[in-house]
Order: sequence, then structure tokens, then C-alpha cells
Amino acid sequence: MSFLEIRNVTKKFGSLVAVSGVSVTVAPGELRAVIGPNGAGKTTFFNMISGFFPPTSGDILLNGEFITRLPVPDRVARGMARTFQITEIFPELSVRENVRIAVEVAEGMSRHFWCGAAARARVDARVNEIVTQSELMPQAGRLVGELSHGDQRAAEIAMALSLKPKLLLLDEPTAGMGEQETHQVAGLIRRLHRNSGYTIMLVEHDMRVVFNLADRITVLDQGRMLADGTPAEIAANATVQAAYLGNAE
Amino acid sequence: MSGALARERPTTAIVIFALLLTAPFWLPYVGGYDALATRVLVFGLAAMGFNMLLGFTGVMSFGHAAYFGLGAYGAGLMLRYVTSSTMLAVVSGTLLGGLAGSLFGTLIVRRRGVYFAMVTIAFGQICYYIAYSWNSFTGGFDGLRGFSRQPIDLGFTSIDIQGNGTAFYYFVLLIFALAAAAMGLILRSPFGRTLLAIRENERRARFLGIPIERHIWMSFSISCFFTALAGALYALLNNFADPLGLHYTLSGEIVIMTVMGGMRAFWGPLIGAAVFVVLEDTISSMTVNWMSFVGIIFILVVLFFPRGLLGMLKRRDAA
Repeated sequence: MSFLEIRNVTKKFGSLVAVSGVSVTVAPGELRAVIGPNGAGKTTFFNMISGFFPPTSGDILLNGEFITRLPVPDRVARGMARTFQITEIFPELSVRENVRIAVEVAEGMSRHFWCGAAARARVDARVNEIVTQSELMPQAGRLVGELSHGDQRAAEIAMALSLKPKLLLLDEPTAGMGEQETHQVAGLIRRLHRNSGYTIMLVEHDMRVVFNLADRITVLDQGRMLADGTPAEIAANATVQAAYLGNAE
Repeated sequence: MSGALARERPTTAIVIFALLLTAPFWLPYVGGYDALATRVLVFGLAAMGFNMLLGFTGVMSFGHAAYFGLGAYGAGLMLRYVTSSTMLAVVSGTLLGGLAGSLFGTLIVRRRGVYFAMVTIAFGQICYYIAYSWNSFTGGFDGLRGFSRQPIDLGFTSIDIQGNGTAFYYFVLLIFALAAAAMGLILRSPFGRTLLAIRENERRARFLGIPIERHIWMSFSISCFFTALAGALYALLNNFADPLGLHYTLSGEIVIMTVMGGMRAFWGPLIGAAVFVVLEDTISSMTVNWMSFVGIIFILVVLFFPRGLLGMLKRRDAA
């Protein structure tokens, strides 16, 4: 039983082969990490899954349906939401407003010119629920642009959660963060995974984050899949150690 | 509260409407007159319509004079050739400018930034040269004359807005107030918030599932309708439609009014229009180079109060 299935995808940019024949299967409720040294093709791989551009060849299936060439809004409608390496938020709006926009879009209200009292109450309740779930209640009224890195990331995750995703794609969720913020964001991801049962796929650089969080790890190197297994298996894999862990640590 | 407009305090609107409602009584004491106040409303409406696009969607157009001018010609041509109903003329002008903007918008919403701005200029100049060249229909370079605003027929009575400048001012103020209310409601709606989302971060908005192009197109169209409405009122104010009302210099003036007044503030463009129109009126009686004074003030505002005149007042308030 697979929720996300990536079959033999390849992406070429001109003569550069960024991703070459990678296949990955993610089970429902799984937290999958994709790691690899710089230039391994992690971000290209991620962008194909989230619909930034289609693969040159190969297929992507979500819940058994081919989504290889679907545009982003259609992927979102099928339960896919993502965050970015560089936090993508609405900086001059408050946390609550950021989440409200996402909730209204998810509720299919993005073309409504009027919001009745019942709909507003429903949206308000959902906004509160998500702000609480992403542990941002104390900052709810502040402009997102003024928050710390970690809180901005939490706000971005909150927006992704507003879409009621079945699959959450996180692109280097702790990129550029200090010890404490990394801990905060990793903790949030763990609780979302354990308590709310989201299927999550994340690309990550920080090895400790990955080994503490992931159910399974996929290792990419120079566009190819080097290994795929549980954190224990990956840690014991000699090829991976040579290619990545040896260099990184 | 909901939406970025929640930070917009109602006191601003109350003060503005108190001043506008009483303008005909206090204006003569400060050297103003009804037609000047009407001009402020007309350009304020044009700039507020434009600001739906610039300030609240984050998309720049340098061609809004096209829709303003089409609104003016639409109203003028109706009164001249078809009807004696002022309201019908206003509606026609609004529809002409608004629909032209909507159609043109479908072609250009995929362009961004300077490319978008460039094609909007080009469209405006096409309209300008059509009005300029089509002598027999539009009056060519001399503009469209030979029409005048007609009394408003309410059934039980009719209101003379031609001979009575004050009555016309209140007529324009009523339309302005309704248009401002409509814009405010649009911006506070879920749709309005998607525009803020696009302004703030287009990529994030796209990955939330907002169809960016369609929403920019809707914002552009709505913006064109309001600017065209202002143009129609401008034709009534002058009993004249001028090809210069389509020219890109006016597009630039609309941008100046908006930025000077404060494009992040709902009422900012109205304040900008008031300053612009009053400066034009007072300085142009002293020198033909009045625009250089406006230019200096514009530069000072942009340098020292990047959030515009209204933005500056608000920040001082908050501090």
C-alpha cells in the first residue's frame, strides 16, 4: 500500500542530468526524509513531486492517481501542500491573516466577495485550531515578517496545514536555523506526524534532524538513488557513509 | 479582525467624509470652489481604483489613463449621440472603460513587472491615437464637445446638476461614497485577501492553490471599472472629453497621486489626489511649470515618507 509512488523519474536540464531514474514509495502516515550532499538533486526531485516542473521521464502517483503533469492547484486540491527552503510567507500580514487566507482558499472561498456570519465563524474556528496546532497562539496577532526564523517556519507550516493536506512536503524545514530553532521546528514536525498522522516527506541537510525524525530515509547522490531504508539501515550503509556521512561530519 | 484593512481605523473614514460632506460650506473660505472639490473626488476615485491593482495586488500599470479616458468618451458619446440620461451615460462610460480593460487584461496577465507596465502603456497610447485621429466621431485633437450633463430625473422631482455646481458635487460625492464602499467590501472579502496574498508573495499564493493569473485579471478588471467610472464623471464635470485624458502622462499622474498619498492605505490615493489637484490649481495660476513643484514634493515624499502622506500621519499617530 503506497500513498506516494515515484516511478523511475529523470529530470534533465539540457545536457545536465539532475535526477536520474529514482523510484521511491511512501506509505500512508510515513515520515520520509530525502538526504544527500549538495548537488545531489534533492531540490529538483522535490520540485517534480510538488509540481514546479514535470520530470523528463518517469511517473508520479498520488493515492494511485497519475499526477506527473498536473499543475500545482490541482495537486493542492488532491491533498498536497509544501513549504520552501527559503520561508515563503506573507510578511506584512499577521500570523492569523496568513492562516486565514490559506483556510479560505482551502474552503473554496477564494472567489467570494462576501463572507456570511456562519462562514466567518467556521473560518475563525479553523484558523484558531491551526494556529494552536502549529504552536503559534502567543504570536497570532503579530506580523509574520517580525517573527523569529523558527516561528516563521511554523507559520509557513501552519499555512500548509490549512489546506488539509494528506501529504506535507517540507523543503529543508530547518535551513539556516540555530540550535534552539532547529529543535523547535523538529519538535513541531514530530508532533504533527505522531499526533495528527500526516504523511510527510522532507528534504533535509541537518543529519541529526533526519535520524531523529524519519521513519525511512532516501539518500540521493549525483542524481541517483544511493540507498533507501530505516535510519538504522542508512547509518550502517557503507556506501552512504562514503558518499555523504563521511564528507558531512 | 479580518484583513489588513482591520488596521485601517474607522476614524480616518469619518474625518474624510465629514470634510467631504461639508466641503461646499468651508471651501470658499480657503480659496476653493465646488468644481475643484469635484475634481479631487474624480481623481481620488480614479487613483483609488488604480490602487486596487498597485497597492493591494502589487501589480503596476502605467496605462490607467486609457480606462479613465474611455470612461470619459463613453459618457460623452452617449450624451452627445444617444441619450439625455446622465445616469445611463455614466453607466455606459464605466462599461466601455471597464470592459476594454477586462478584455485587454486577458491578454496581459501572464506578463509581470516592467513587461506588464509596458504593455499597459502601449494599450493606452493606442486608445489615445484612435481618439486623436477619429475626427468625425470623437472630435479628434480638439476633444469631444457638444454635450452637457442633464438633470437627474428621480420621478417625483428632478435635480439640476448642470447649473448648480454644488448639486453636482454632491451627486459625484454620492457615487464616490458608493464606489469607495464597494472597494472596501471587496478588499475585506476572502477574494480581497487573496489579492493581498499575491502582493505579499506570489509563489506562496500559487502553492496555496490560488489561480494567480485569474485573480490578477479580476483585480485589473475591477480596477479598470472604477477608474472608468471616474473618467465618466470627469466628462460630466467638464462637459468635455479630452484625448489627453487617455494619454500616458495622465497615467503617470494617477501613479503619482497614489504613491504620494500612500498606496498601502485605503484612503491614501484620495489624499494624494487632493494634494495634486490643489497644487495644480494654485501653482498653475502662478507658473506654467507647476509640474516641477509637484515633482519636487513627490520626490520629497518618496524619500522621506515612503508610505505616503497618509502612511506618515498614521505612523506618527502610532508612535
